[in-house]
Amino acid sequence: MKRSVFPNRWLPYLLVAPQLVITIVFFFWPAIDSLRLSLYRASPFGDRMIFVGAGNFQRLFADPAYLRSALTTFLFSFLVTFIGLALALLLAALANAKIRGLVVYRSLLLLPYGIAPAIAGIIWLFIFHPSYGILPYLLSFVTAYQFNWFLKGWVALTLIIVAAIWKQFGYNLAFYLAGLQGIPSSVLEAASVDGAGPIRRFFAVTFPLLSPVTFFLFILNMTFSFFETFGLVHSVTQGGPGDATSIMVYKAWKDGFEGLQLGLSAAQSVVLMAIVIGLTAFQFRYAEKKVTY
Amino acid sequence: MKVFVIAALATVLALAGLPAESQAKTEIQWWHAMQGVLGERVNEIAAKFNASQSDYEVKAVFKGAYPDTLNAAIAAYRAKQPPHVVQVFEVGTQTMLSSGAVYPVFQLMKDNGIAIDWNDVIGPVKSYYATGGNLASMAFNSSTPILYYNRDLFKKAGLADKAPATWDEIEAAAKKLVAAGAKCGYSSAWPSWVLMENMHALHDQPFADHANGFDGLATTLKINGPFGVKMMELLARGAKEGWFTYNGRLSKAEANMGGGECGIFTTSSAYIAGLTRASEGKFTWGTGPLPKMGGFPQGHAIIGGASLWVLKGAKPEEYKGVAQFFKYLASVDNQAWWAGITGYLPISNTAVKAMETSGHFQKNPQQKTAITQMNAGKTTPNSQGIRLGNFVSIRDGIEEQMENIFSGKKSPKQGLDDAVAKGNEILKEFAALYK
Repeated sequence: MKRSVFPNRWLPYLLVAPQLVITIVFFFWPAIDSLRLSLYRASPFGDRMIFVGAGNFQRLFADPAYLRSALTTFLFSFLVTFIGLALALLLAALANAKIRGLVVYRSLLLLPYGIAPAIAGIIWLFIFHPSYGILPYLLSFVTAYQFNWFLKGWVALTLIIVAAIWKQFGYNLAFYLAGLQGIPSSVLEAASVDGAGPIRRFFAVTFPLLSPVTFFLFILNMTFSFFETFGLVHSVTQGGPGDATSIMVYKAWKDGFEGLQLGLSAAQSVVLMAIVIGLTAFQFRYAEKKVTY
Repeated sequence: MKVFVIAALATVLALAGLPAESQAKTEIQWWHAMQGVLGERVNEIAAKFNASQSDYEVKAVFKGAYPDTLNAAIAAYRAKQPPHVVQVFEVGTQTMLSSGAVYPVFQLMKDNGIAIDWNDVIGPVKSYYATGGNLASMAFNSSTPILYYNRDLFKKAGLADKAPATWDEIEAAAKKLVAAGAKCGYSSAWPSWVLMENMHALHDQPFADHANGFDGLATTLKINGPFGVKMMELLARGAKEGWFTYNGRLSKAEANMGGGECGIFTTSSAYIAGLTRASEGKFTWGTGPLPKMGGFPQGHAIIGGASLWVLKGAKPEEYKGVAQFFKYLASVDNQAWWAGITGYLPISNTAVKAMETSGHFQKNPQQKTAITQMNAGKTTPNSQGIRLGNFVSIRDGIEEQMENIFSGKKSPKQGLDDAVAKGNEILKEFAALYK
């Protein structure tokens, strides 16, 4: 590795200082504060702080509702990630073909990513609302089954999974398209010469060559569905019916900001923090090593 | 170009210098959660008060929904920059009382030598916000749930033009409505507030121990008793048989009533304004008091909405202004205007009388329903109100279980037992904090 040499000893520190200050003030400080708060039973107005040690965590892990929420979150995240990536890859492979109007087609596919999750939620609300949504209305001609997600948990969960996949779709597609264009045509031609058909070529050549992109998108989508789907849940289901769509990040917000149980909420964000650290560590450790380039 | 810039700067400076006179006024921050039309009305109140005198300037600031407004006030209080007045929803009452951050309203008025006849405050409002007979917060927007019915759908189903008065009548009417093609026979907004909190109070049933938290911090919910179970059994059956439709938490279901889908509906009396607008030119409707369940004693409906809390940490002259402002709020003129235009309850008996004399109720008979309901029945320890620590989370837990019950996922008894278990846990935490 090449070592950069600065004429002044302090200059490098000065140059990274702004970044460091931002990181400390906006990331480390709040994180440490949540850690501290998670050890207390705190009153909303801050007049009482009772040290409870791991009490909040014990309460959390003894609460079946929290364990259900964790289970829902993992199920939700895996489904959003796997279905989302599979669909994006499929459409990227198709969009990578040489067809007329490709630019328009590609741009349209990228559009959903530009929409804020809360707005996306409202759009889906209008489509799926049991009384004024267009989809239940159309479905009522086909089946007598009531897709009322105010009461049916699995419908509500399916709804936010579909909405989250749609929301993240453009992003995934953009990366897969870029990945596909980075595959040298000589490799694919060589496979063709060896007699591999389009499907064989895809699975034997394209897919393995895309694995770094897939891995990157996997981590990114997991993080997205863990955290950034808050707006979606908040605007569409509010965690209900029952607690069918109460994902961890939503529950942490609700217990803290509506329920004013700050210590308990802080404990939940510490758990979430541990999950992100885990995911990131996993990414750094394996991204470079185990993935075929 | 240069000349233009200088001229512009001079204008700005001149303008900035102008309001020197108004800067002498003492500013009073009023944080509230009223959106849309109600937000405009709140601004009108502030403007009218500001025009009525020259010493104080009330600044009404919209801070988002109720929980957001409370959180903003909490954050500001912790940062030692609290607003003088903050609007807090009724479920936050115990949180405010326990907070140690509140300057009780009765004390504020006394300290500033302003006499308000607190005995004139209508009973259910006073009992909800008073401790030891003294108002801790200033009653502002109080409402009570009432029953609405869609006259056009009633006619189509061959029903008499009369609000159903009992749950038996609701069931019978709702079945006919559905048979006649209505998409929703009966539905309700604010599921916990209307169907659990108010139904318990109306039938003189305890909601929690220690007189619903009025005689000390409540520790146990009582909603899984025979009454609660019967109530939930009725609605679970209704959901199964199709004459009761669940349409979501909070005020969400109001969209279904406003859309003309529901024959019978229960929600806040403050929905009168909204329904008037939504139904205009589409359908007609009537109102009635909350339905009764046979075989249980007579209690009293309770209120919901929000009240204004004064926070500690301001200067005496500012508090003087707050006291003046509250005096204005409590005035008969303001009360009659506010209640008449919003559908909220006027807070004093004198204001009710003034509205009667002015013929307001003849012109708006639907607004009379809530007032009649408030004056009917008996105030008992079970019906003066409900005061629970962290009621927001408890209510949320109850609505969560109501969804499990209505969808058939849990039996009524099981769902209520689970709601009680979660509620007790929350109460225990709250008690541990303020022991």
